[in-house]
Amino acid sequence: MLILECPYCGVAADETELSPGGEAHLKRFGPGSSPDEFEAYMFARKNPKGVHFERWRHAYGCGKWFLAARCTATLEVFGTYPAQSTEPPADIIDKIKAKRPEWKGYS
Amino acid sequence: MSDPVTALSGARYDGFASVREIGPLGMITLRAKEGTPGLEAAVLAVTGCALPAVRRIVRQGERAVGWMSPDELLLVVPYADVAAALASIAQALEGQHHLVVDVSDARAVFRIEGARADQVLRKLSPVDFDHLAPGEVRRSRAAQVAAAFWAEDAGFTLVCFRSVAGYVMGVLSVSAQPGSEL
Amino acid sequence: MSTRLKSGGRLIDRSAPVEFTFNGKRLRGCSGDTLASALLANDQMLVGRSFKYHRPRGIVASGAEEPNALVNLGTGARLEPNQRTTTTELFDGLEARSQNHWPSLEFDVGVVNNYAARFLPGGFYYKTFIHPRAAWKHIFEPIIRHSAGLGSAPRDRDADRYEQAYAFCDLLIVGGGVAGLQAALVAGRAGARVWLVEQTAHWGGRAPVDGDVIDGMAAGAWVDAAVSELSALDNVTLRLRCMAAGSYDHGYVLLDEKLADHTPGDGRPRHRLWRMRVGKIIAATGAIERPLSFAGNDIPGVMLAGAVRDYVVNWGVSPGDRTVVVTNNDDAYRTAIALKEAGLDVVAVIDARTIANGALPERARALGIRVETGRAIAKVKGGKRVEAVEICLQAGEGAASSTMPCDAVAMSGGWSPVVHLWSHCGGKLIWDDADAMFRPDAARPPLHEDGSAMVLTAGAANGALRGAVADADAQVKIALQALGYKVKKFAPPVQVVADESPLEPVWIMPQGASIALRSKMWLDYQNDVKVSDVQLAAREGYESVEHTKRYTTLGMATDQGKLSNINGLAVLAGSLNAAIPQVGTTTFRPPYTPVPLGALAGEARGEIFQPLRKTPMHGWHEQNGAYFEPVGHWRRPYCFQRPGETQEQAVHREVKNTREALGLLDASTLGKIIVKGPDAGRFLDMLYTNVMSSLPIGKCRYGLMCNEQGFLSDDGVVARIDADTWLCHTTSGGADRIHGWMEDWLQCEWWDWQVFTANVTEQYAQAAVVGPNARMLLEKLGGMDVSKESLPFMGWADGTLGGFPCRVYRISFSGELSYEIAVPASHGAAFWAALHAAGEEFGAMAYGTEALHIMRAEKGFIMIGDETDGTIIPQDLGLDWAISKKKADFLGKRGQERSFLANPDRWKLVGFETLDGSVVEDGAYIPEHGVNANNQRRVQGRVTSTYHSPTLGRGIAMGLLRQGPARMGEVIEFTRMDGGTTKARVVNAVFFDKDGEKQNV
Repeated sequence: MLILECPYCGVAADETELSPGGEAHLKRFGPGSSPDEFEAYMFARKNPKGVHFERWRHAYGCGKWFLAARCTATLEVFGTYPAQSTEPPADIIDKIKAKRPEWKGYS
Repeated sequence: MSDPVTALSGARYDGFASVREIGPLGMITLRAKEGTPGLEAAVLAVTGCALPAVRRIVRQGERAVGWMSPDELLLVVPYADVAAALASIAQALEGQHHLVVDVSDARAVFRIEGARADQVLRKLSPVDFDHLAPGEVRRSRAAQVAAAFWAEDAGFTLVCFRSVAGYVMGVLSVSAQPGSEL
Repeated sequence: MSTRLKSGGRLIDRSAPVEFTFNGKRLRGCSGDTLASALLANDQMLVGRSFKYHRPRGIVASGAEEPNALVNLGTGARLEPNQRTTTTELFDGLEARSQNHWPSLEFDVGVVNNYAARFLPGGFYYKTFIHPRAAWKHIFEPIIRHSAGLGSAPRDRDADRYEQAYAFCDLLIVGGGVAGLQAALVAGRAGARVWLVEQTAHWGGRAPVDGDVIDGMAAGAWVDAAVSELSALDNVTLRLRCMAAGSYDHGYVLLDEKLADHTPGDGRPRHRLWRMRVGKIIAATGAIERPLSFAGNDIPGVMLAGAVRDYVVNWGVSPGDRTVVVTNNDDAYRTAIALKEAGLDVVAVIDARTIANGALPERARALGIRVETGRAIAKVKGGKRVEAVEICLQAGEGAASSTMPCDAVAMSGGWSPVVHLWSHCGGKLIWDDADAMFRPDAARPPLHEDGSAMVLTAGAANGALRGAVADADAQVKIALQALGYKVKKFAPPVQVVADESPLEPVWIMPQGASIALRSKMWLDYQNDVKVSDVQLAAREGYESVEHTKRYTTLGMATDQGKLSNINGLAVLAGSLNAAIPQVGTTTFRPPYTPVPLGALAGEARGEIFQPLRKTPMHGWHEQNGAYFEPVGHWRRPYCFQRPGETQEQAVHREVKNTREALGLLDASTLGKIIVKGPDAGRFLDMLYTNVMSSLPIGKCRYGLMCNEQGFLSDDGVVARIDADTWLCHTTSGGADRIHGWMEDWLQCEWWDWQVFTANVTEQYAQAAVVGPNARMLLEKLGGMDVSKESLPFMGWADGTLGGFPCRVYRISFSGELSYEIAVPASHGAAFWAALHAAGEEFGAMAYGTEALHIMRAEKGFIMIGDETDGTIIPQDLGLDWAISKKKADFLGKRGQERSFLANPDRWKLVGFETLDGSVVEDGAYIPEHGVNANNQRRVQGRVTSTYHSPTLGRGIAMGLLRQGPARMGEVIEFTRMDGGTTKARVVNAVFFDKDGEKQNV
C-alpha cells in the first residue's frame, strides 16, 4: 500500500486513490516505425529490481498523471514529478545516486 | 418546465451525525491554465471570489470557487444563475483557451453535520482529517466512489457524482449509525 | 482437577457472577473471566479434539498463542467458529461448543486416527495423492473430509455489523504492557500523535503477574498511573481489545478492534478494522513462551508455565492441586512460587539444567519446593487429563527413574519475542544464543517510503526479556528523533526484576529420546505435528524450513505456529546438523490472529456492497416492471415485464412495438465527453480512426477508437458543437475509461496541445425516441423544428421540447426514425414522464437493453464487448469504411499495420441465418475437420451475437468466420451444448432494411 505525493496538488495520496500506468518515459513509435521499434514501444519493459520510473494517475484526486521514481525492491520512493517530463529531473537523479551508489543511472 | 429535482430529493438520515442531501446547487467546471488572461476577473465577476490557492475553496455568501486541479476550478453559484454565469465567463474569456461547462446536474451534494461529523467521513476516506486545513478541498474517495469534501459551517460539504448519490447516502448513513462513534 | 481458588484473581469480580454454557452444560464464571479461565474454574480441562488424530486437548496458554482451546461461539446468525477461549471475554449468556469431534467431546470416533497414526505421518497427503490414485479418491479423501476441519461454518447471514475507519498517527505503539506504556508516556509527553493499542481488555501485560516493581511501585500501580496520565493527553489515543493484524508497505497497518465481542447484540459494530498510516511502529508485543517437547506434552493439564501463573494470579484459578513445573530456565520458578503462595502443591520443579541456583530457584527452595536438576519428563501419563509424570535424566534416553502423580504440568522452554509486525514487511531477525531465540536485528529493519526504519521493537519483543521498560524508553527516543521530535532527557523508570541465570536450550526432552517417545512429542498441537514428523521430513530431504512447513503442516494452523515454529525449526536444525540461524524461520504473514471476514468487508454488504449507478429515470423503471442488468456499475433495464409476461415475451413486444409504433429508451448511461480547444480537432483525429476535424458544426459522425495495438476499444457518435468544441459519445461502460484515455494522451504525450476535456455524462438524462411515430411525438411536445429538412439524419439541434431545454441528436442504433434527446439530469424524470404521457396516443412504450441489442443486431451494428474482445481490429468487422486512409497517424494505425493483422485468414464478421430458423447458442463455435496440436477440435469461427428476431420471426446471428465475407451462401455448423450442431448459412450481417430507408425519413 504505497503512498505517493502528487506533484500537482501536493496530496500524499494513498495507493487506493491512485491508478497505475506502467513504465514511464516510453517513446511512442507510430506509423513508419520499424517492427523492432514498435515492439519495444508496445511490449519491452525494463522490470528492474531496484530503481524504476513509473506512471501514476491521481485518479481519485486531481486527475493528473505524474511520474514516480522508486525502488521496486524496498519500495523506497525517491520522488515524484510531473508527467510533462521526457526524462527524470536532475534533483531526483542526484538523490537516487546518493542513496544507491551502485545504480548505473537513467538510460 | 419542471422544477429541477436532485438525485435523492433531499434525503436525510439522523445518526450520531446528521446526513442530508442538499441542492440543487449551481456548479460550473471551469478549465483554464493558471495565468490565463482574464481568468481572475471572470471568476470574480461571477462569484465575487478571488482565485483559490492550491486545494482551497473560497466562499462569498452563496457563491464559492474551489481549486480542483492545476487547470480546473469548481464554481458554485445559485442554481438559477448558472446560465448567466456561463455566458459571463464565456464572454470574459473569449479568445482564451478554456472550457466552461454546467455540471450542476451531474453532481449530488451532501451536508454532514454534528459534533462528530468528521467521524462519518473518517470511516470512508483515506484522509487525515486532523490535518485537513480550514477551507481545504480534499478530492478523494468515499468508500468506493470519487468524492470531494471540505469543512464549513460546523460540518462538511461533500460532492459526488449524481448516479451514485444513493450509494453515497447509504455509506454515509451506515457510517453515522448510533453506537458506532469512533 | 482445576478449580477456582478461594481468593485472588486481580482481573475478576467475584461479586458479579456470569452464566454461560459449554456444550449445553450451564456453568458459572465471574465478570472479568476469559472463557478459558471460566472453563478451568469449572474443571473443564478437556475442551477440544486435535485436527488429525482427534486427541483430547485442553487449554495450553492464556492468550493469543492458544492452539487447542478453540470453540464454536454463539449460534445461528451469530455463530463464529474457531474462537480462542483464552481471548474470549466471558459474558452472560455466552454459548460455546467444542469442535472437531463426533459424536461427542468425551467420546470421539475420530480418535481412531490416533491409533492409525503411523499411517498418517508427515507428508501424508502428498504421499496418498501419488499412489495408488484410486485410493485417494475412494478411501482417503472421504475419511479425511469427514474427520478433518475445524469448527462449523455458519449457515446464516451474519447478524452483526462491521465497519472500517482510517486513522493516521506519528507513532503506533502496539502492546499495552509496561514497555508499550513507557513508550507511550515518552512519546505522549513529547507531543507526538500517538496510538497505543492492546489486544486484550487490560493494560499492563505480564509485569503485574510477574511481580515486577517499577519506580518503587508494584507494577499494577505503575500501570494504573501511566494509563491515567496517558488518558489525560489529547495527543494520545488508547484502545483496548485492538489487535495489530499486520504491517504493510509505507507505514500501513491494519488493526482489528473488537468492539462488541463481549457485548453481543448491543447495537455497536462487532469489529472495526482500522486502516492506519503511521510514521513509525513500535512493536512492544512481548514474548510468547515455548512449550517443551516431551512425550505426552499435549495431554489436558499440560500448560505453559506462564499461563499457569496467569490463571492463578489474574483469575484465581488453579489448574490442579498438584503441579509439576518443568523448565530449562529460571522464569518458570515464578510459576512454582506463585502456586506455592496461592496455597497449592508444587510436586517438584524438573529443571533440565544441571545447575539451578539463581535467585528464583533459591527462593523456590526456600519456600520448600523440591527442585530436581538435570532431569526431564520422560512421559506424561493420562488420557483426558494428566495423572502423573515419569521422570528421567535429561541427558539420557528416557528411562524413568520415578513417577510423580500430579494434576497439571507447567512447562517452559524459554521465551520467543513476538516479531510479527517487525517481520511482515521484511525486518530481519538475528539469533540470540543467550536466550535461545530470534530477535529483531536493528541493523536490518523493514523500510518506510523514505528508506528509514518503519518498525522498531521495544521490550521483550526486542529481546529485552528483562528490563523491558528501559529498552522501550531507549527505542521510543530513537523513533521520536527520527520523526523530528525533541525528547526531554528523563531517566526511564527503574524496573526491578529478579536476576535470572541463563537458560539451556532444550529442544527434545530427554535429549536422546526414543522414536516411541518422539512420536508422542507434539510441536504443533492444532495440526498434530510431532517431533518425529519433522525428523522424517528432514530424512526425506525437506531441508528448507519453508518446504518442511508445507510437508508437515507445521505452523499452518489458525495459530500460525506461535508455539510451534521455533521448536520445530530447532528440531529440523538438529536433524540436519545445522545451526538454527542457518535453517532460519518461515515467513511471518498477517494477520497476527484471525480477523473476521465481516471486518474485512466493512460496510460493503447488502445494498452498498458496491456502488450502483442510477439514471434519473431509475425510479420510473423500478415502478414499471424493469428487470435490470448490470452494465459496468450501472443498472439498466433489460426489459420491462408486464404482468403475466416472460422476459422473452416482454423483449419481443418491445422490439415489435418500436419497429411498428414508438419505443422509448433510457440512454442516459451513454458516455458524453466534451473536447474543446484550438487543437481539439487534431486531437480527435488522433483518437478516432476516421476524421473528426472535418465534421461540420451541427452534424454527427460515428467513430471508432482503437488502442495502440490497433484493437477496437470503443465506439460512439461524435457531434460537432462549435468551431473548437466536439461532444464525444462513448459506450455506457466506457465513459470513465475513455475520458481517462483522453487525459492520458493530453497530459503525457501531447501536453503542448491546447485541448480541454470534461466528462459530462451525468449532467444529462438522455432518452431515445424511436420508431415510425417518433417525430409525431416530438411535434406534439413542440418547441422546435424536428422535420427531416431542419433536422436531417446525423444532425443535431438545441431547442426545447414540451418546455424542456434539450439537445436533439438524429442518430439511430435501431434502424428506425430515431431522436436521442438530452435534457439536464434534474429534469430527466419529468421529461421521461412527459414523453410517456404525450406518447400514449402514438403507442409509446419503454424498451430495455435486450430489445436495443436485438434491433441493432437486425441492422448488423456491432456492439463493443460482443463483437470485440480486445483482439479484434475494425477491419475484422468490415468497418474499413470508418478508417481513414488519408491520415498519417492515429492511435492504433501502426498496430494495424502489423503483418499478422493483414492475414487474409483472419476471422471476419458475417451474418448467419440458421437453416431451421432456430437460435444459435451463445458462445457457439464453428468447428471444422481435424484436430490441433493439443488434440482439440479445430475451429474456424464463433458466434458473437445471437438472437431470435421478432421482426423476422427467426434466429439471426453475427459471428467471426475465417475468410467470412468471401464465403457468402456457404452452410456451416455451430456447436451445441448437447453435442449436436446447428446448420446456418453465411449471409450479410444486415438482416433488416438493408438500404436504411426506415431511419432516413
